[in-house]
Amino acid sequence: MKDINRRDFLKLSGAVAATTAIASCGGGNNAEGDFDPSGHHTGPVPTDKMTYRTNPKQGDKVSILGYGWMRLPMLPLPENADPNNPPEEQIDQEQCNRLAKYALDHGVNYFDTSPVYTQGKSEASLGTALKASGYDRSKFFIATKLSNFSKELQTYEKGVEMFQNSLRYLQTDYVDYLLLHALGGGGMNGFRERYIDNGLLDYLVEQREKGTIRNLGFSYHGDNDTYKELLALNDKYHWDFVQIQMNYVDWNHSEGHFLYEELEKLNIPAVIMEPLLGGRLAKLPDHVVAHLKQRAPENSVASWAFRYCGTKPGVMCVLSGMTYMEHLEDNIRSFSPLEPLTTEDVDWLEGETANLIVQYPTIPCNDCKYCMPCPYGLDIPAIFVHYNKCINKGYVPESREAKNYKQARQAFLVGYDRSVPKLRQANHCVGCQMCVKHCPQNIRIPAELRKIDQFVEKLKTNTL
Amino acid sequence: MLKTIRRLLAVIFFIGITALFLDFSGTVQPLFGWMAKLQFLPSVLALSIVPIIIVVGITLLFGRIYCSAICPLGVYQDIVAWIGKQKPFRSNKKAKLANKYSYSAPMTKLRLAVLILFAALMIIPGFNAIAIIIAPYSAYGRMASTILQPAYIAINNLLADWAAANDSFAFYQVEPHNNPTILIVIAAVSAIILAILAFRNGRTYCNTICPVGTVLGYVAKFSYFKIQVDNDACMHCGLCAKNCKAACIHIEKGQPAVIDYTRCVSCGDCIPVCSKQAIKHAPLKKAAAQATEPTADSGISRRNFLAITGTALAATAVKAQEKVTDGGYAAIADKEIPQRKTPITPPGSLSAKNLQQHCTACQLCISNCPNGVLRPSTDLDHFMQPEVQYEKGYCRPECTRCSDICPAGAIRPISLDPATAEADDLPSWAAKQTIQIGHAVWISKNCLPAAEGIPCGNCARHCPVEAIQMVPMDKDIKMDAEGRCTDQDGNPVDRNTVTFIPAVNTEKCIGCGACENLCPVRPFSAIYVEGHEVHRDI
Repeated sequence: MKDINRRDFLKLSGAVAATTAIASCGGGNNAEGDFDPSGHHTGPVPTDKMTYRTNPKQGDKVSILGYGWMRLPMLPLPENADPNNPPEEQIDQEQCNRLAKYALDHGVNYFDTSPVYTQGKSEASLGTALKASGYDRSKFFIATKLSNFSKELQTYEKGVEMFQNSLRYLQTDYVDYLLLHALGGGGMNGFRERYIDNGLLDYLVEQREKGTIRNLGFSYHGDNDTYKELLALNDKYHWDFVQIQMNYVDWNHSEGHFLYEELEKLNIPAVIMEPLLGGRLAKLPDHVVAHLKQRAPENSVASWAFRYCGTKPGVMCVLSGMTYMEHLEDNIRSFSPLEPLTTEDVDWLEGETANLIVQYPTIPCNDCKYCMPCPYGLDIPAIFVHYNKCINKGYVPESREAKNYKQARQAFLVGYDRSVPKLRQANHCVGCQMCVKHCPQNIRIPAELRKIDQFVEKLKTNTL
Repeated sequence: MLKTIRRLLAVIFFIGITALFLDFSGTVQPLFGWMAKLQFLPSVLALSIVPIIIVVGITLLFGRIYCSAICPLGVYQDIVAWIGKQKPFRSNKKAKLANKYSYSAPMTKLRLAVLILFAALMIIPGFNAIAIIIAPYSAYGRMASTILQPAYIAINNLLADWAAANDSFAFYQVEPHNNPTILIVIAAVSAIILAILAFRNGRTYCNTICPVGTVLGYVAKFSYFKIQVDNDACMHCGLCAKNCKAACIHIEKGQPAVIDYTRCVSCGDCIPVCSKQAIKHAPLKKAAAQATEPTADSGISRRNFLAITGTALAATAVKAQEKVTDGGYAAIADKEIPQRKTPITPPGSLSAKNLQQHCTACQLCISNCPNGVLRPSTDLDHFMQPEVQYEKGYCRPECTRCSDICPAGAIRPISLDPATAEADDLPSWAAKQTIQIGHAVWISKNCLPAAEGIPCGNCARHCPVEAIQMVPMDKDIKMDAEGRCTDQDGNPVDRNTVTFIPAVNTEKCIGCGACENLCPVRPFSAIYVEGHEVHRDI
């Protein structure tokens, strides 16, 4: 655990965390004393054992588990809804309130949203849920973003309006963490167009001085050079934190370590998004699940990914978009307290395990829906989710000669029509490329859709 | 014995044929497809010698057993009649037998008149659609496909919901066919009228209206096996006549029993009824077989029924909107059917004329079409016969279901025979790719690249015969075989800056409608198919 020993600019807070860190050095997963004897994973979810990291700027004690207010529970569509033109989905606010309250009760205090999430309804939903929780405003941190993606919103006035709307929707007069949303797309030019040339960043810096923004940072999806350039602006703008993607698959395979290490050099706290690669690291193919379970049979598959991120000492908060209570419970367990991974565990995840996953031909879509709505009506994430699911289940046969060909064909085609209405399937992609620039995973969406379409065509005509 | 065999056969055929009409998965046709091909009127229209010989042969041997066992409409009436004979519906509830019927005089003139009128209408241009309303097999087909199949699909879809909830792939959702109201009304009215007639008097329709019944009745006169009454044993009690649903046994005191063999359907109901065992189904010595003439004919040329309507297509291009928030779906407008100058007919139908002449409008192809392409026409000239439209789906390359199942020769088989297919390493449907049923027409003002400058090419990508290529819209840009573009001076041009539009090679196009169906422009596609009156081999 050389990272932990080398740097501690973010102090692990609380005696509990300290003892686990020591215990984990012994290599055991179930350190005695910290766990319910009836079993860590079946006992009550701890309310007072959350690990916190300290943001040096104002001493914020941020829970290492952050709530990504994005994959929200939705109300079921009315039964007679037309699958081709479904009515707009409505958030299940009652369930949202429960989840937020439960998270707060169990020590989660960081909530991350954006004006564009969930068709623009996320902020209002979070504001309502936090209000309903009864917790004082000082007990939690709100992170939101300036998400001026479309050209028409990239003026000073529209940007200010967006920020003011955020305050209104979130029912607050200050934001704890404000992010320039998804820098990197469009390179430095994109950054200048969105925030510099129109004077918007100056406005935000001004707001930080006034206290309406307590911390200013950005989230990043892009290449390494732009990232370096943005970080070089630290002297001018003083990034209080940066939100990056981190997971054990990308660490070596997509230079994921670079993003983190640059922040470490500058002592900028990192907020982690996509620790599960949009759920993919929770829904792994059987052989990888076996591989993980063999090492720690009682730990959930997802917990590895969360603990991996939490183990990096420069990480302030690991975000997770939790739709279901069970996910929330499992993640709270993973971090209450965080039991850092051993060096061997880390090597094993970044090496052997990541290799197993990368070799697997799934499409790296994590169902974030940034690409949606597709102007031609396709349900892009649903198509990829179905395809990945079929790969994981062995329903993507190589050829007609494959042993389970008949069964796989039926499962793929029937499941396809079930998961994606016919008019929203891959064969309707015109290749307009509108989606490509929105994909944080840089998936070449039209090309992947075409591949899937050709595969479907071969299944249908039995010519695989 | 006769009754038992007849009932068994009737059950088998009735279930088999009904299953053909209900099935949407294509699994029933290989099992029971031959039952539809045995149907008499379709065989005559198809000029299929083998089924005609089999049916006429069976009739010459055993009488009209065809009407009792093979004809689904006959069995349908028998089922209703059987219900009508049950205790609650009897006037004398204590009697052992229903004793419901009585002899009626033959209506030979009416029968012949209906037959002649039917035959005439079948060959008079544009009237066969009306004549076909009284045809027995297709009348049943219309009932089964418009009334039973929707119910069957509804049950299937419930099962599919259940399967989806249980992660099973055994059942899948199916969209029911959209039948025109007029067709449902015709089917329902014929079902009700026939039910009333059968409930009250048994086989009234079969022995007055049904053209097949009249023809086979004439043949049955000469059948080898016949229902016969032993006049020495007979007591003239009349029980047989009271239980004859064909009302064809005439018993009078002191007279030998007379049976009208043109109306007897060899059902055998009378045999167990006779307390003296005086009735049997046995060879009649003096019976002599004679050939019979076919009823319907083909070959009369028809008027050109194809209306010339060249209404311009309304253009509505999809306007791509820039997204503002994440998630959600763009609304998808329904496609509308373009006005085709020449209607499209399914591959295998040879020509519009052939389809119109041979089709009995039984709806079997329509209820079996898995792509939502075939539907009954409401056009008087080919009323209830199948027509092809592509707003819901297109004629998929691997599907030959309508041609496999058609019993009337209206849509002929197009599958390669297994030996040829195997020898050439081709799928059995490969032959379909060589039948040109129409050709695609491009409408530039609807087309995304041409009208909006948005790259597309979805039509070209999905053309199963590669009849559509994407070519530069700018006439000055040249493209070589590898797709490299150069300007007037021969300088290379980046393909990403070039607008490509579809170019249809109408000689290669087979008219399957993939382009029309998958064109992103709605409600009217930027490419649509014009039918060919006569199909071509390419």
